Amino acid sequence: MIPLSSYLIVSAVLFAIGTAGVFLRRNLITILLSVEIMLNAVNLTFVAFGRYRGDVDGQIITFFVMTVAAAEAAVGLALIIALFRHRESLNPDAFTSLKW
Amino acid sequence: MILFYILGAIAVAASLLVIAQRNPIYSVLLLIASFGALSGLYVLLDAPFVAVIQIIVYAGAIMVLFLFVVMLLNAPQEDGAEWDRTHPLRRAGIGRFGAMLAGVLILELAYALMKVNGLGAAVGSQANATTVSSVREMGKVLFSRHAFAFEATSVLILVAMVGAVVLARREGES
Repeated sequence: MIPLSSYLIVSAVLFAIGTAGVFLRRNLITILLSVEIMLNAVNLTFVAFGRYRGDVDGQIITFFVMTVAAAEAAVGLALIIALFRHRESLNPDAFTSLKW
Repeated sequence: MILFYILGAIAVAASLLVIAQRNPIYSVLLLIASFGALSGLYVLLDAPFVAVIQIIVYAGAIMVLFLFVVMLLNAPQEDGAEWDRTHPLRRAGIGRFGAMLAGVLILELAYALMKVNGLGAAVGSQANATTVSSVREMGKVLFSRHAFAFEATSVLILVAMVGAVVLARREGES
């Protein structure tokens, strides 16, 4: 059988990939996709621990995370559309008007 | 057994390609592949309902929303405008430093996981696969112990819906 640590390592690698995407990419859509990768890595951890403990709480938290991810995607994409209308760009460095 | 390694490798490789692509459409499609592999991992973990929800809600709804926005905005490439090249964060050394930090994060997490005791036990060896995989049990727990969180989630979705409509509306329209 697969040990629990294998699932956790896959999840850690996915989380680190998501973090690297948020820091390295200069495209708002790709940054949101990286956040989705991180949320999914956490979901995998929750389900693995839930299976390990033998109860369904891990899967239920996964549902809540998915709901939050859906809300985040809706609001984030609306923000991206509004920003793109102003600057015709998806580069986060283009939106520095508030920086003094 | 071998399935875990195949699915885990697909998930990790697809996620790596997501952040390596310059065209967001390919990123979104690769992320759907990564979610498919993750849903296979959920099946291995005796969580078939989560696997189905992952495909239907995540790959089917959220990713299609992303794809809509990518095609709507029609800005496929990361543009190389002047603020892009002159920005201090765009120097190549910074990018390599960021990649190195991500690698260090992976190593740290893996090292910490190796050091924790009790994680070496096999996941599927507990003899309660029927409890964990039953949707009936899940519904009972969701609507009894987590009822408040469930109701709060509905408020969250309402707020997100109103917020998305307000944000995406053109200014000047009533």
